[in-house]
Amino acid sequence: MKFMKFLLVGIFFGIVLVKSEAVSWYRIFEMFKFQAFHMYGIIGSAVVMGIIYIQVLKRTDVKSIEGNPIYLPPKQKSFARYILGGSIFGLGWALAGACPGPMYVLLGTGIWSMIVVILAAVVGTFVYGLVKDRLPH
Amino acid sequence: MDYLLQPWPWYISGPLISVVMLLLVYFGKTFGMSSNLRTFCSIAGAARYSDFFRFDWKAQRWNLTVVLGAIIGGYLAVTFLSDGSTIDLSNQTLIDLEALGFKAIGENLLPGEIYGWEQILSPKGLIIIIVAGFLVGFGTRYAGGCTSGHAITGLSNLQLPSLLAVFGFFIGGLVMTHLLIPLIFRQ
Repeated sequence: MKFMKFLLVGIFFGIVLVKSEAVSWYRIFEMFKFQAFHMYGIIGSAVVMGIIYIQVLKRTDVKSIEGNPIYLPPKQKSFARYILGGSIFGLGWALAGACPGPMYVLLGTGIWSMIVVILAAVVGTFVYGLVKDRLPH
Repeated sequence: MDYLLQPWPWYISGPLISVVMLLLVYFGKTFGMSSNLRTFCSIAGAARYSDFFRFDWKAQRWNLTVVLGAIIGGYLAVTFLSDGSTIDLSNQTLIDLEALGFKAIGENLLPGEIYGWEQILSPKGLIIIIVAGFLVGFGTRYAGGCTSGHAITGLSNLQLPSLLAVFGFFIGGLVMTHLLIPLIFRQ
């Protein structure tokens, strides 16, 4: 079952996001109001640990489970797409209170109206695909 | 056991999220949840309309499996790992939300004022969540990633573009929270 490990990672991810309250609209609102450290602590500590993990992986010759060298693709160099696209996403993130991971987690917690948000996000991605050549990247 | 059922503090949750990223890297993949939205488009036949969706979506089945897991994880967490405690928001957040007319603040993960049936079955309420979802889907693909791909993976890999993207996330988030939400929920 080569997919089992991904299923287990997903389950773990879903549990952590609920228990951390990072899937809560209220926590996102609070974060953008700078009224609590909670979300900054979550993202900040995840990034600090992440930097350590990635640096250790790059300085050792650990292979992936499939035996290949560990490789993280570098992000494309650009300014406009990150600021413009990022801002558009930020507007949606603060209004929905959910980004593309939490949407699924919240659906699992029994919030059926999240299906509408997910479908609208799929449509948003589709429209981006239609107009992307006319946008600054 | 009580500690498991209570909300987890940030210094437990944050490092656990980085473990998700680490595991996916070790499995030869990268952590990025918004890519699945593009995969859904491709499965639905969007390649007929744009080459952006012309790729082998079957190579993304591992990520769809993560999505399935995330749904199951959400179910397990609220069903077996919750004590139903109210979210411990800051006092100022409670005051600000009360001023916007929000009730039962923090008693559920999401506010009934946005996600309740009464809201989403009203034209205004339905438009709000459709617009919100659309902006998330459009914006993440334009920016080439979301919180998992840029804020967690990209920053962990010291990618300057990801820092720009996170800066963008905050421009949009601050405008929505400070300027638009008060207009949308004005009583």
